[in-house]
Amino acid sequence: MEHRIKLPIDDVRFIHAGDIIYIDGLIFTARDMAHKRMMKEKPPFDISGSAIYHCGPIARRNEEWEIIAAGPTTSMRMEPYEHEIIRKYGARIIIGKGGMGSRTAQACREHGAIYAVFTGGAAVLAASKMKRVKAIAWEELGMADAMWAIEVENFGPMVVSIDAHGNNLMEEIRKKAIEKANIL
Amino acid sequence: MKDKLAKEIAKAIEEAVITLPEDVEVALKKAYEIEEGTAKLQLQNIITNIEMARRERKPICQDTGMQTFFVEMGVDFKYRGIIKEAIIDAVKIATEKVPLRHNAIDILKGKSTGNVGRGMPIIHFDLIPGEECFIDIMPKGGGSENASALKMLFPGDGLEGAKKFVLDTVARLAPAACPPVVVGVAIGGSADTAMKMAKMMLLRKIGERSEDNEIAAMEEELLGKINELGIGAMGLGGKITALDVHISISSRHPATFPVAVAMQCWANRRRRLKIDGDGRIWNIE
Repeated sequence: MEHRIKLPIDDVRFIHAGDIIYIDGLIFTARDMAHKRMMKEKPPFDISGSAIYHCGPIARRNEEWEIIAAGPTTSMRMEPYEHEIIRKYGARIIIGKGGMGSRTAQACREHGAIYAVFTGGAAVLAASKMKRVKAIAWEELGMADAMWAIEVENFGPMVVSIDAHGNNLMEEIRKKAIEKANIL
Repeated sequence: MKDKLAKEIAKAIEEAVITLPEDVEVALKKAYEIEEGTAKLQLQNIITNIEMARRERKPICQDTGMQTFFVEMGVDFKYRGIIKEAIIDAVKIATEKVPLRHNAIDILKGKSTGNVGRGMPIIHFDLIPGEECFIDIMPKGGGSENASALKMLFPGDGLEGAKKFVLDTVARLAPAACPPVVVGVAIGGSADTAMKMAKMMLLRKIGERSEDNEIAAMEEELLGKINELGIGAMGLGGKITALDVHISISSRHPATFPVAVAMQCWANRRRRLKIDGDGRIWNIE
């Protein structure tokens, strides 16, 4: 199934693992340092019902900020924090690549959230769906680790890996691969 | 002369982060033909992205990597005294011009220092006869770097143990390394040289086989098995998990059996330069 989603969104339970999604609206980048910081202090933006994007963009400041390349980074590094971001701050969609673990999957099930994968490395494609930078916060963390609030249009295609029903598509694939590696 | 060299090397870094070598693009397009469903969609995004990057002159991936250089320097190379500085300057120029993402974080200060800083960029030197100098440029992404692994096997584990370790490492770590990946493997030597050789294997072209028939057979065997793991593009399931496997084998100490694995994401960025005796620079690949 394909869905086009307008953010913010209340309920994502109609979306299932394996579905393709596209997003319109405001998304927020956050990677390692921003996640760590959100454990101690509130995020600089209201992220409830919105999307967190695991991404450290390349941006250039002209008259306005221009996002040059902005593909996803490896999500698993955010695994120790993401369940808290979902529980405490109400993020509904987590976007990244590489898959996430059981704590995130559990939080998605309990609080109604999903994890979706944007093609890793497809940074120019991702940037082409970004209309403008609305704000930047925690800039002192550096260009990659700062939190960017970005207006996106038709951001996708993304594949849903974790849904709110307890499915974790990529973890299943990875588990099978490890079992297979043992017998090959 | 240093400025001229720096400018030319910066141009090569720029090309490296914007355009992929032909063999990589061909291999990705072949994978696209083979795959179906979700994996095909991932490869379609990848191919679209490669074309957009080339057309718009933008970096293929926002992670423009750790700037890594393998230098083979002739013992009579005239500019041996300035080549290291020229490379560092080239990284500074490219960081501004392309631009590259600021990927050198000072661990003690917790702040980015652009792409140069303590131990950055990474430059490996090797000596060769003659008056020429060759530079392999490898902007190496962090996601695939995290998929590196080293194991000191027991000698009794042998080559079978080494192959098992490679397969297990790929199964565990490749999903987060932006597959389809290229896998570099080094067996033997010491812990440090194995890791370095594994990474140098990533400089080889896709489809290029080891000159040693036994090693070439092992490369094909491992590639076949890796592509049976079902990880596929981006770890979303599929037939093509690796585009190629390159293996280097060195002798070992009687007590040791090192195996190192390095992985490169699909954005297998690399360039090779030659500087001749008169300081003229040639793009070889």
